Amino acid sequence: MLKLSRYVLHDILRSKVVIAYTLFLLAVAVTLFRMEDNTSKAVMSLTNIVLIVVPLVSMVFATIHYYNSYEFIELMLSQPVSRSRILMSEYFGTAFSMATAFLAGVGIPVLLFQPDAVGMALLLTGVLLTFIFTSLAFLASVLARDKARGIGIALMLWFYFALIYDGLVLSILFAFSDYPLESLTLALSSLNPVDLGRIFLMLKMDISALMGYTGATYKDFFGSSVGALYTIGIMVVWAIIPMLLAVRVFKKKDL
Amino acid sequence: MITIEHITKKFKKLHALDDVSAAFRKGQVVSLVGPNGSGKTTLIKSILGIVQPDAGQIYFNSKPIQSEVAYRDKIGYMPQIGRYPDNMTIGQVISMIKNIRNHGTRKLDEELIEQYGMHALMEKNMRSLSGGTRQKVSAVLAFLFDPEVLILDEPTAGLDPLASEILKEKIMREKEKGKLILITSHILADLDELTTDVMYLQDGKLRLYQSIGKLKELTGEERLGRAIASVMKSGYVQPTEQSGAIVKSMEVRYA
Amino acid sequence: MKVLLTILFFALGIQAQSRTLTVGKGQQYAIIRQAVAAAAAGDTVLVKNGLYYINNIVVTKPLTIIGEGWPLLHGDDKYEIFTLSGDRITVKGFQFTNSGYSAMNDYAAIKVIDATNVTIEGNRFFKTYFGVHVANTRHSTVRGNYFFGLTKTENTTGNGIHLWKCNNMLVEGNEVHGHRDGIYFEFVSHSLIRKNKSEGNLRYGLHFMFSNDDTYISNTFQNNGAGVAVMYSKKVTMLHNRFINNWGPAAYGLLLKDINDSRIEGNRFFKNTVGILMEGTSRIQATSNSFEENGWAAKVSASCMDNAFNRNNFHRNTFDISTNGSLVLNDFNQNYWDKYEGYDRNRDGVGDVPYHPVSMYAAIIETNPNALMLLRSFMVALLEKAEKALPSLTPENLRDERPLLKALKL
Repeated sequence: MLKLSRYVLHDILRSKVVIAYTLFLLAVAVTLFRMEDNTSKAVMSLTNIVLIVVPLVSMVFATIHYYNSYEFIELMLSQPVSRSRILMSEYFGTAFSMATAFLAGVGIPVLLFQPDAVGMALLLTGVLLTFIFTSLAFLASVLARDKARGIGIALMLWFYFALIYDGLVLSILFAFSDYPLESLTLALSSLNPVDLGRIFLMLKMDISALMGYTGATYKDFFGSSVGALYTIGIMVVWAIIPMLLAVRVFKKKDL
Repeated sequence: MITIEHITKKFKKLHALDDVSAAFRKGQVVSLVGPNGSGKTTLIKSILGIVQPDAGQIYFNSKPIQSEVAYRDKIGYMPQIGRYPDNMTIGQVISMIKNIRNHGTRKLDEELIEQYGMHALMEKNMRSLSGGTRQKVSAVLAFLFDPEVLILDEPTAGLDPLASEILKEKIMREKEKGKLILITSHILADLDELTTDVMYLQDGKLRLYQSIGKLKELTGEERLGRAIASVMKSGYVQPTEQSGAIVKSMEVRYA
Repeated sequence: MKVLLTILFFALGIQAQSRTLTVGKGQQYAIIRQAVAAAAAGDTVLVKNGLYYINNIVVTKPLTIIGEGWPLLHGDDKYEIFTLSGDRITVKGFQFTNSGYSAMNDYAAIKVIDATNVTIEGNRFFKTYFGVHVANTRHSTVRGNYFFGLTKTENTTGNGIHLWKCNNMLVEGNEVHGHRDGIYFEFVSHSLIRKNKSEGNLRYGLHFMFSNDDTYISNTFQNNGAGVAVMYSKKVTMLHNRFINNWGPAAYGLLLKDINDSRIEGNRFFKNTVGILMEGTSRIQATSNSFEENGWAAKVSASCMDNAFNRNNFHRNTFDISTNGSLVLNDFNQNYWDKYEGYDRNRDGVGDVPYHPVSMYAAIIETNPNALMLLRSFMVALLEKAEKALPSLTPENLRDERPLLKALKL
């Protein structure tokens, strides 16, 4: 697996898209930190980048990469290499290169300007989201028949997780505002990796406000390390499950 | 060496392979011929496990091919269109495949590398290669590990006459070593001197699978192309599923 | 003439030679009660190191009672230890422990009733129900004591320093942990609370009611169950205090309820769920305070009027200001808001467009607290942008007309 991933990684890291992505993140992050005299404001803007741009770029890039690697995958299939190994290698190669681009583009400025708990949480969230959305992109890709459809599904998933889902949650919260919704709210957040990442960041940035929640569930969740462990744990699950499904589909697929 | 039993494959409504059975032995050079879309490539890809048949079973050395991927170690495959990771050089691709097949000890067959003058091109990026050069890379990779079985899908397409000739000579030499070789080609003249057996597919059905001598004898044609053309005109159907069976009633049905 | 008389009085006192009565093993007195009984006004009772079980020693004459080498006074979980009443009594250098608990009475390690010029200084209180309980007392000092309470429930733990109906008191340099309220003031006027540290108490770090004309300066209130409550009082001056880490649904750095004509200046509100909660307050000047990393820097209810927030710093708060009404009766001017996104074309350090400290989402959360979970989502960011273009939920007139571009040096 590692052997193959290395080649995928090597291939992607030299592609111009990844370099452009790195430079884009680097430019945005450095500009934000240099422009704002208080770094916390820059971190807030970076939060939006991490929660919106990272999933979008990860998904679109991974989908395009998958289709561009079609012949490479075919070449590998004629070699004594199992299908799951091929797909997992592609996945890890893609996810690692995107994560590397993210860490270079956002990580370096954060380490220079804001090397604290919030900064580290931001980097961890970005890396996790990269792995999650690459995983989702692979699932979309193996399910879709062609590149256009694949990218279409990827964009729709992104739009859903980044925007529509939160709108739905908000309307649910308002529709049932008379009921105790603590557990439901947490459960609903678990169904969206972007929300999980956001809550993980809020645990670092807005803990004072979160502790204002009434209800024992919230207190246990936010007041201890349970919240952080839970969000990270479910995010890891979010990275694993779509990829497992993707491998299942891929094993039965004609190429 | 390879046994195919009742393979059926449908793409949507198209019957790519319809209940095809055959057996291939060591020392055979089988020419897979048939019109476009007759199922030649699908058959090859089924043998390689790239396409998963809807029904039927394929055995390699009496073992069903689904059970493991190791059998592909004994196959050298040259695809119709070989595409490779854009950002890698020829040298990197070759060393990658070497690395994956992981045969430090086995003697590599680098004859084609020499003859195609590949050493001078090792540093070239795959992106910058012409179609012909890519085909050369594919050929080099197919023969590199001195495999027991060679599967060549349109091997001479896109090659210049000189390169084509080098390849044909190479195939000849491999034939003399007693290897099993499966070739598809539109250019029947290419196959004339190589072929020991002819397999003719039409609309996914196995129409004919005969040794070349028998075929010529039956049709009374000296040249392979003409012999096959005669078969095509006749509407002949292989009466038994047994590969290489002697067809006694040929003349009767042959108009 | 009066001065002369006083000097004469003191001169005579010295001539009368105040004695020192020593208590301890192998000393003049074996138990403290005997020494106190034997002492005359102005005498000193010196208690040597040791463990003394005590059932409420009542002191009614001017005495100085000093512990040497931290003698431990034990209340056997049943009794109060000292009751002081009268004039010029000093208790210094003791360790108090296990004073009695009663559901009916406010048992304390030291109870002071109807007294003047009492000094309780440099003592340590462990596992006492109430630490120091002072009632009907004037011109007295509680200084440099250390309290560590029972840390049980609110009902089974008393207050560290409890003052009721007092005036001209000084509470200074004490440290209180694990009590119900760290420092409790009820009907206490013209008094000063200075440089105390009240941390990890079950309810309030400082509980302050019906107490006018008081000042508290340079205290630290940290990690208390409900923060600090200052209620039903006038003319309270709050300077240079630190309100830190008061977390919870009903926890406030500073809760102000029905407070009028008061000053809040140079305080630091750091990491509280709510920095300041104001209800029914009026004419309060909040100046030069620093609000950092609070959930809400300030919640100002609609019942507040004529309060002014001027020249404060607001840093990294989840929400700056929140209100439950349309609140326009209070003044916000020349504060530094880190969320301000305006510009300063004439470069005078003051933003050219006003800042609206109440964000749309803060208004939404007022009606639906669960929605907090969606904060910082892309959708909420879009809603905020829309609200900025077309305000509908946020009070349009609540704004800082002259927001500062650079943080104040506080």
